[in-house]
Amino acid sequence: MTKIKMIKNAVDRMVPTVVNGVKQTPFQGVGKYKPKGNKAALPIRSCSDFPYDGNKTVKSLEDALKKCDLKNGMTISSHHHFRNGDLVMNQVFDIAAKKNVKGLRWFPSAAFPCHKPVIDHMKNGVIDWVEGSLNGPIGDYASRGKMKGTAILRSHGGRWQAVQDGEVHIDIAIIAAPTADAFGNATGDRGPSACGLLGFGLVDSIYADKVIVVTDNLVPFPCVPWQIQGQNVDYVVVMDKVGEPEKIISGTTKLTKSPDRLYIAELTAKFVQAAGIIKEGFSFQAGAGGTALAFAIFLKEMMKDAGVKARFIRGGSTKYLVEMLEEGLTDFILDGQTFDLEGVRSMRENFGHINTSPFTSYNWHGKGNFASMLDVVVLGATEVDINYNANVVTHSDGKMLHGIGGWQNCLFSKCTILPIPAFRNRIPVIVDEVTTLVGPGELIDVIVTERGIAINPLRKDLIKATKNSGLPIRKIEDIKAEVDDLIGGPPEKAKLTDEVIGIVKWVDGTVIDSIYKIKE
Amino acid sequence: MAKSFIAGAKGEKPRSDLRAKYTPSKKPLSISVKSTVETLFGKAIKLQTKNICKDLHIKTGTIEIEDFGALPFVIAARLEAAIKQAHPKLEKESFPLLRDFCLYKSSRDRFRRSRLYLPGNQTNLMLNAGIHKPDGIILDLEDSVSSLEKEDTRYIVRNALRSINFYGAERMVRINQGELGLKDLEFIVPHNVHLILIPKVESAAEIKIIDERILEISKECVRKEPVYLMPIIESGRGVLKALEIAEASPNIVALAIGLEDYTADLGVPRTEDGKESFFARSMIVNAARAAGIQAIDTVYSDVGNEIGLRDSVREAKSLGFDGKGCIHPRQIQPIHEEFAPSTEEIEKAKKIKLAFDEAEKKGLGVVSLGSKMIDPPVVKRALHTINLAIASNLLNPDWKN
Repeated sequence: MTKIKMIKNAVDRMVPTVVNGVKQTPFQGVGKYKPKGNKAALPIRSCSDFPYDGNKTVKSLEDALKKCDLKNGMTISSHHHFRNGDLVMNQVFDIAAKKNVKGLRWFPSAAFPCHKPVIDHMKNGVIDWVEGSLNGPIGDYASRGKMKGTAILRSHGGRWQAVQDGEVHIDIAIIAAPTADAFGNATGDRGPSACGLLGFGLVDSIYADKVIVVTDNLVPFPCVPWQIQGQNVDYVVVMDKVGEPEKIISGTTKLTKSPDRLYIAELTAKFVQAAGIIKEGFSFQAGAGGTALAFAIFLKEMMKDAGVKARFIRGGSTKYLVEMLEEGLTDFILDGQTFDLEGVRSMRENFGHINTSPFTSYNWHGKGNFASMLDVVVLGATEVDINYNANVVTHSDGKMLHGIGGWQNCLFSKCTILPIPAFRNRIPVIVDEVTTLVGPGELIDVIVTERGIAINPLRKDLIKATKNSGLPIRKIEDIKAEVDDLIGGPPEKAKLTDEVIGIVKWVDGTVIDSIYKIKE
Repeated sequence: MAKSFIAGAKGEKPRSDLRAKYTPSKKPLSISVKSTVETLFGKAIKLQTKNICKDLHIKTGTIEIEDFGALPFVIAARLEAAIKQAHPKLEKESFPLLRDFCLYKSSRDRFRRSRLYLPGNQTNLMLNAGIHKPDGIILDLEDSVSSLEKEDTRYIVRNALRSINFYGAERMVRINQGELGLKDLEFIVPHNVHLILIPKVESAAEIKIIDERILEISKECVRKEPVYLMPIIESGRGVLKALEIAEASPNIVALAIGLEDYTADLGVPRTEDGKESFFARSMIVNAARAAGIQAIDTVYSDVGNEIGLRDSVREAKSLGFDGKGCIHPRQIQPIHEEFAPSTEEIEKAKKIKLAFDEAEKKGLGVVSLGSKMIDPPVVKRALHTINLAIASNLLNPDWKN
């Protein structure tokens, strides 16, 4: 392995200057990096090259890939709206293997445990590396330094930015669509495999050289709504089944029964109330994860008691958010991905349940975005340090196990709260220095643990607003000291080599931290 | 082949627990550690294991630790339990440091509205129990611990009493019946247990034996504070002997009823409206009042049913009970809310308290409100209501200003 040059960035983290042969820009501070020039663009197309009758169907996925001229070294992209129920991408790479194609880069919006066969394709050289949120077995594989390329972790917004910057050029986009027409218009909200929306595949459909829509529910033109527009689509493939929607429900979307987590969720809701955030027309985002869901339920009761209605809630939608919409506690759900089948149904049936995409919600190169307009967002974290920097991608032992999702993008809300247990199984969550810095402390406002609430000293307004609330507000250092004492002293540091196996991008495309191979 | 002794975590994927295996032999001591948190705590676990062996004078044999993120007090308990299985007569002990936050005291008349039961061997539930602010936390050695684990669990409970911050909750332990229970006392009395729950009591004699043993142990360990007792009545005989039991010791501060065993004893199903136990519950309340102690109701076991719980607490309160058992932290808040005094009760109590203060200031022996004389028990009850209102966040502690 050749030694790569490392450089210290604005948060004092060492980051590589070149990754997978591409020059990188180190993180320069929040809101500091603004690249010049033009966004990436596609070659000019002529509609005369496409069938005038609008029928773009081809007979098989293999056929479509062949027509797209699948070859060595290409970048293949996909969305993760089926989460752990995707049935298409393993087929794509099996076809590539059969055709003896090598050195592909897979650029999914996220990979899930169902994509475990990809590991074999990395071993046999069909895929060089996966560039996207790495969860489960692929994360573990990359963590051990076995992936040929370096992992590049981006937020949902960062993925859009990387494509627009031309940092990632997609050769072939595969868009699994629960319903589509022969022209390529596609929607996620209906059909036997309905998964909600297709927002994560939108950038792929606009910027990829070739776009294949794969569906198991072909309807006569026009397929409406058309979150994916046929004007961007080259080929349409019909197959028996594209996904298992029942598997979009992951373990993270179940309501917690843990008394401690319920307590943290309740404390978080009380904090939001004390801070004066719950008022007519406010907005919030609470994603998947037991604590976030429980938070939404406590918040709902408070809203009912106060007779207050939200203007919008940002999802990941779940049945709990759908209930709020249907009970008239919010005008809109602006949904980035559906986490359960009630969310899918609601998106189809409710006028106020709107599909969004990382372009509307998170895009760094947009003229503003929804995430920064939110009054309050609650998010998870694996670690937070005493300077409020937070980590979501690695564990304290250095293993890379989670993707970033929309987490970094959401930090821009008016009030960002991390409700987290103070320790998990002897491992403290509040540390002196995070193993991997994914979110800069200046954007993280409040930490809520079962042992107290810590407010970032930068947020004097929140400190003042909640001063006489009776809530257990403490210094982050005090909570840390209590937990360190409880667990018998702080843990040892993760045992890492100096070999970089992954980088974490900030939302603007700069490199905020490196992930190192662990010592086995 | 040498015999091995194993204590601790059962099952496939335990959390916050540990399995300690000790194989005595003549060979010099060897220690191996496997842990789910090995990277972060491997060295600490090994060091602690060595220190405990030193405390217990174990210099030979093999120790294999399989850890699942256990905290130090659990590691110590599991290891000591394994070693004591092999050497039951070993008198050396390995105590974790007795923490300052474990030293607070209790009092006879403190609130016992909620008492949270925790199985004595389920360590992951203990750590945060105090955060949910029950009036009392019960580390259970009795029904929630299988007979095979009784001995090992004593070490966990002992170490928990020395190591865990229960944030002001009354520190309670439910001991076993009979001989087992007397042995349990040795593991808890020297470690600032506040109150002992005695199960299935049917006579004053049972209480006296326990009380005497507590006294002996207290002398040995120079414990000055009394150990309060809460007998649990769980049978027809017990119910009929309620008063005798309630008056069996000056250390008894409350009398509780356990309805699972009681209804089984009666041979009737336990119903939601509880007609079958009305007599027993009334007996408990009356005996407790006669003895000047608190009456504590049974647990409400349908954890998910908050409405049912609230109904049950209101009923208990109306029968005269002062507290209720809980098996889940989410039950604590509703119980406290339902035991809280009403606005009218608080207003009336405030008037009586002010009249009482006035009378004291003037050196009068008799408290009167307007033209009405107030009896001492009414004054006492009003003071109780005031305290309860303050504890329930319904009244500012300096309400007089």
